[in-house]
Amino acid sequence: MSQTGPLTDSGLVQLLTPAGVRLEHPDYSPRIAHLDAEALRGMYRDMVLVRRFDNEATALQRQGELGLWAQSLGQEAAQIGSGRALAPQDYVFPSYREHGVAHTRGVDLANLLRLFRGIDHGGWNPADHNFHLYTLVIGSHTLHATGYAMGVQRDGLVGTGDPERDMAVVAYFGDGATSQGDVNEALVFSAVNNAGLVLFCQNNQWAISESTTRQSRAPLADRGPGFGVPSVRVDGNDVLACYAVTAEALERARSGGGPTLIEAFTYRMGAHTTSDDPSRYRSAAEEEYWRQRDPIDRVRALLAAEGELPAEFEAQLAADSDALGERIRAAVHAMGRPSTSSMFDHVYAGPNAIVDAERAWFQEYEASFLGGGEGAHR
Amino acid sequence: MPTFEEFRLPDAGEGLTEAEIVSWSVVVGDTVAVNQALVEIETAKSIVELPSPFAGVVTALLVEPGVTVEVGTPIIVIDTDPAGLLTGPADAPEASDEGHGSAVLVGYGVGEHASARRARRGGPASGAPAELPAGSAAPAAVAAGSTVAPVTPATTPGQAASPVSRPTTPAARADGPVGSAGVNGSAERAAGRSASGATHALAKPPVRKVARDLGVDLDAMVGTGPGGIVTREDVLAYAARAEGRTLATYPADDLPWLASGSVSADGRQTRVPVKSVRKRTAEAMVASAFTAPHVTVFQTVDVTRTMRLVARLREDREFADVRVTPLLIAAKALLIAVDRHPDVNASWDEASQEIVYKHYVNLGIAAATPRGLMVPNIKDAHRMRLKELAQGLAALTATARAGKTSPSDMSDGTITITNVGVFGIDTGTPILNPGEAAILAFGAIREQPWVHKGKIRKRFVTQLALSVDHRLVDGELGSRVLADVGAVLEDPAQALVWG
Repeated sequence: MSQTGPLTDSGLVQLLTPAGVRLEHPDYSPRIAHLDAEALRGMYRDMVLVRRFDNEATALQRQGELGLWAQSLGQEAAQIGSGRALAPQDYVFPSYREHGVAHTRGVDLANLLRLFRGIDHGGWNPADHNFHLYTLVIGSHTLHATGYAMGVQRDGLVGTGDPERDMAVVAYFGDGATSQGDVNEALVFSAVNNAGLVLFCQNNQWAISESTTRQSRAPLADRGPGFGVPSVRVDGNDVLACYAVTAEALERARSGGGPTLIEAFTYRMGAHTTSDDPSRYRSAAEEEYWRQRDPIDRVRALLAAEGELPAEFEAQLAADSDALGERIRAAVHAMGRPSTSSMFDHVYAGPNAIVDAERAWFQEYEASFLGGGEGAHR
Repeated sequence: MPTFEEFRLPDAGEGLTEAEIVSWSVVVGDTVAVNQALVEIETAKSIVELPSPFAGVVTALLVEPGVTVEVGTPIIVIDTDPAGLLTGPADAPEASDEGHGSAVLVGYGVGEHASARRARRGGPASGAPAELPAGSAAPAAVAAGSTVAPVTPATTPGQAASPVSRPTTPAARADGPVGSAGVNGSAERAAGRSASGATHALAKPPVRKVARDLGVDLDAMVGTGPGGIVTREDVLAYAARAEGRTLATYPADDLPWLASGSVSADGRQTRVPVKSVRKRTAEAMVASAFTAPHVTVFQTVDVTRTMRLVARLREDREFADVRVTPLLIAAKALLIAVDRHPDVNASWDEASQEIVYKHYVNLGIAAATPRGLMVPNIKDAHRMRLKELAQGLAALTATARAGKTSPSDMSDGTITITNVGVFGIDTGTPILNPGEAAILAFGAIREQPWVHKGKIRKRFVTQLALSVDHRLVDGELGSRVLADVGAVLEDPAQALVWG
């Protein structure tokens, strides 16, 4: 990797090397000091399960069961590390690749696939998990998150000092989104309003086929100070470092300290989506370089080196992974079409006269066909 | 009992309709696991590997490498129960081996949809709430598609249900991603429908309304849209053909109007396949119009003297047995003009980049016949005396009217006259007979006021138009030819000077 420009790996917060060796950091090591072997195994397990889920979803798309799939392959550390740092009351605005974060928020992974199967606009109730629906429009949700964080401010849910009450808002987005006006506006608004927002950028180095080098001359994290937003670059394939920097940013947000920009320097090991062919724009050597820096391998190496990876744990995890794959497969096969009137369900939070009238008209229209009744048009 | 499952080519991208099979990773007889790579395909977007949705033994590879197939086409057959542990309806492996042909039965296509949806609406069969339709939760749905056995049409879903109901069945998959063309193919759709008794074709609500307004049955037609969806065009085309009846013809008919046509249900349209003369005319005219740059020159001529000559010749004993018409004089005038300007009697040879000058005139006469437009020609017309020319014209016309014009009668024409005047038309801009450089349109002859010898008189007047191939005939030559024709028609005695 180059030593200058947006792809430099200098200045990254790192607590775990690719070889699985712990590093000490004066600011961040204390933030993971409480993570014991059990917690570490939990992170490892999450990462393995999410990767298995991701691979299963990719296969299901190739078998015609999903219209599209956006892989999280290679970004498990950034997602599990940051997701595990969240408190239950924190609220997350994901883009569409945050499968690992969804898992840490308790969303049933199978429900993520409803959107990609084309049968649902969402798949879960965001209020149940404080995890918003996936946003496909690049960067737009960073503004939603900013507004939400400003609302949290006005509700008096930051800076009270009550750890059960103070909440942070996190927006996940990618390197490509930083080129969008929305993300820059989110930085401006969150900064001047001192909103309790964590802008978590997973720089996976490719905005579909466009390299980060085509979008920035400097590391993305360097943009934060220009907006008056403190920023940090972290090794996005280091689950411990991602946990640590996120914990710091969340603490700042909850305490009323305002926004933070995190650049998690990671790599999209898979294609942008199943419709993409990365071999057309990047080299096999580059992919191999990052395969050597696999986020899961280094956690496994650490656990093994510390003697905290019993064979029975590995065996159980393998079995659980397979079971998850089969469960996901079966769940997708069982997903039927939604009722056509469901499109009216969540237009407004409450009753709405226009929507009610349109629903009634549509039901009448549906019923007018031969063989009548909802769904007769199919 | 072996249970054969087909894997249909999925849409590996967004909205792709086809893909090329690049290479198979398995051969017949291989045992494969779920998600094991089966085949590499190339789409418009990328090369991807397709993982197996089934565990079992490969029974047949249905598509050769290098072949591009549509999304939804079965590409491989896998026996998911090679040990025969499960019992089920008798199957026919050879049917599966036939690939596409067997898809009618094997895929059981949309019929599964039918079972699943009917079960859902029916309620009791699946027990599933209406909001959670189909899927493998409904036993009937699983059953109908869980075997590829061709006997299922005769088997009720319930009967087939128990033996082989597993989640990973085509039935479950039949409810695949909305918008994906997971199931298509007209034959299997049709078969699936008829087999399952009743189901609904896929169509958008506005299309359904069109169908209802036109009174046509959506389920009876074959959808050509993505995934076999019936489109608006399908409905309109079907309505146009629906109950189309072939026109009755009777042996005594000479050439029935629109024979071989079919009449639309409302009787307002008849469709006739383009063939024979119509087709050749279309091809010739397109070829001529779009290869030879046409220039047309016009002249209005006082043909009163020609009319007098025609009247005299009709009284002439020598012409007693032939029909003398103004066209005959026009033909003679054109022959004289060609004699004076042989350059116009030529052909452009694109292949050899040569101009071919003909030292003979095969005079084409455009003839409207019941079979369509024919352009037979009078061979070596340049050698003929007027009476021979009259006989040639008569023979040519009679042959054409009888529909007996032979290909040789129409070949090797060198220049043509089209007698639009017989229809009362003043003139036109004729299109060249392919391979010729000039065509003369002979308009209607009318009595009109005309300045004759300084006074306005009632005279017979006509219009002439000559189209030429500008590649080899310039405006000057074309104008001179037409002027000569006009001069002879204006004063046939001029023929004595030039003849």
